Amino acid sequence: MNATALIAEDEPLLAAALQAELARAWPGLRVLATAGDGDTALSQALALQPDLLFLDIRMPGLSGLEVAEELADAWPSGQPLPVLVFATAYDQYAVKAFEAQALDYLLKPVQAERLAVTVQRAQAALARRRQGLDDPTLQRLRALLAAAPEPAPAHERLRVIQASVGQTLRLVPVDEVLVLQAADKYVRVLTAQDELLVRTPLKELLARLDPEAFWPIHRGTVLRATAIERVERTEAGRLVARLRQRPEPWPVSRLHEARFRAM
Amino acid sequence: MTHNPSPWWLRWLPADSRASVQRRALVVWGVAAVIALVQHGLKPAEHELLPSFVYSYAISTSIWFLSDPMRIVLRRWLQVQAPYYWRFSPATMAYLVLAILLGYALGTAVGDAYTARSTWALLMLSPERFWGFLVWSLAVSGAFLFYFYHREKAHALEQLATETRLKLLESQLEPHMLFNTLANLRALIATDPPRAIDMLDRLNAYLRATLAASRADAQAHTLAREFERLDDYLALMAVRMGPRLRYRLNLPPELAAHPLPPLLLQPLVENAIRHGLEPAVAGGEIEVEAAQEGGALRLTVRDSGVGHDGPPQAGFGLTQVRERLQTAYGNAAQLDWRSAAGHGSQATLTLPLQTPATPRP
Repeated sequence: MNATALIAEDEPLLAAALQAELARAWPGLRVLATAGDGDTALSQALALQPDLLFLDIRMPGLSGLEVAEELADAWPSGQPLPVLVFATAYDQYAVKAFEAQALDYLLKPVQAERLAVTVQRAQAALARRRQGLDDPTLQRLRALLAAAPEPAPAHERLRVIQASVGQTLRLVPVDEVLVLQAADKYVRVLTAQDELLVRTPLKELLARLDPEAFWPIHRGTVLRATAIERVERTEAGRLVARLRQRPEPWPVSRLHEARFRAM
Repeated sequence: MTHNPSPWWLRWLPADSRASVQRRALVVWGVAAVIALVQHGLKPAEHELLPSFVYSYAISTSIWFLSDPMRIVLRRWLQVQAPYYWRFSPATMAYLVLAILLGYALGTAVGDAYTARSTWALLMLSPERFWGFLVWSLAVSGAFLFYFYHREKAHALEQLATETRLKLLESQLEPHMLFNTLANLRALIATDPPRAIDMLDRLNAYLRATLAASRADAQAHTLAREFERLDDYLALMAVRMGPRLRYRLNLPPELAAHPLPPLLLQPLVENAIRHGLEPAVAGGEIEVEAAQEGGALRLTVRDSGVGHDGPPQAGFGLTQVRERLQTAYGNAAQLDWRSAAGHGSQATLTLPLQTPATPRP
């Protein structure tokens, strides 16, 4: 059976060019679809389940990395993730991270010789899979997303979170915050009794918080470690965290499961 | 910005002032040595070498200390600010005169203590010599302050201009834009050579305009040329974004020859793309318009992208545009930026009308 691929690239000419180059480098590969934005890429990847997924980093909607994270979470358990190949014109930081985790990436404009190397690697990975060998993609992705930018030194850490509510500025000590959750253009800040919305992106907030005190458990969800009471496994096999002072369940994504292990 | 290593002995001053204070100290001390040597050389009998040095260094150091680092320490009270910590106000002038007199008295006292003589006694013995000495010291100090003020100001202005040019160059030659454009060009060469040639010509014009605008001796620029460059940029982006980008440029012919600082609108159009249309899955439309309204020229950049609630974020390049407006027009120009999530953004520049517009036929 021929291998299948999905291309996620927002610039139509580049998507067509990659498809044409792939046809030359790997005639047996069947490109199932091309997606022009992150959200479409995610839903198509879940629906079509390709062997190989080309992900542009900068796309409208979800970014390439966000698609990978959501995909890892929503992917049916027991099935290997698609082989991931990221594409970027110039994300130096991302490129370093991919190299560190041995994840493949292409620099745009894509050159035939470089693409041939990618094709070889992907074919080798698929062959390993067919022999039932362990698939390292999930571990590598986990390591990639865990390699967050340097946390702020202790003296630059945030002590108080400020949020404007109408004409008032509300101040919440970071020590009282239990949950930070990215929601559309805002970040929800939850304490035991209260909820506030702040505009600072979650990434910026996280960089100024103590990484030992706040644990990411899902894309866009961060819990105060000491506020977690227990973690349960649901019937579907997913982990859910419960807090002492709040009733809501907090799903843990597959990428962050490794955080919760009995001592 | 150049980052000179901070001199340790000036750590108590604001970081942005240390390098220049140190520079001035070194000049003052160099000149103090020359003064002492000249004094000694002219009248070796009256001015022995070592005492001349002590007087010269004590007086110049005291005056320098009071008028330079202490002026910065007293910045709140004198209402002076970075980068010069200088201002022609009665308070500053009064303080500097006081600093020179006090510095002179202090330095003289140190010199007197060393030589065990009294300069003040000289006032009784030979008032002419005393006053001559004093006036000479004051004149040298005054000349120095004047010289330093002008040098620092010229230096700071030059640095600001260089920074502005560098920022412009940096934002125009953004690697993402360049490499993605080249990737598209590479794809077109194989599939559609005539379109590839058109794209290459536009990239060429775009790069040429960018480099020209970033040079110190930028050529005279008009609205017509500005709109041509915007057309090049938007055409490049339209090749990349395909049907996700639609744009309209609207320049009335009577405004075509109106002067404009080169690539003033460029960062606003880039904002519309980067923060408006690129994140929008469906893309959208950009409209750039020039209009004459009363005695003002109104330039509008409008996009139907994702928009943004609240104040503009850093990186929108608005500060840079405002700085350029300030340099070119002083307070006569305005930039107004409004945006709402889901409703796109609009940037409006209001500039003084510079050429009498020809009446419509």
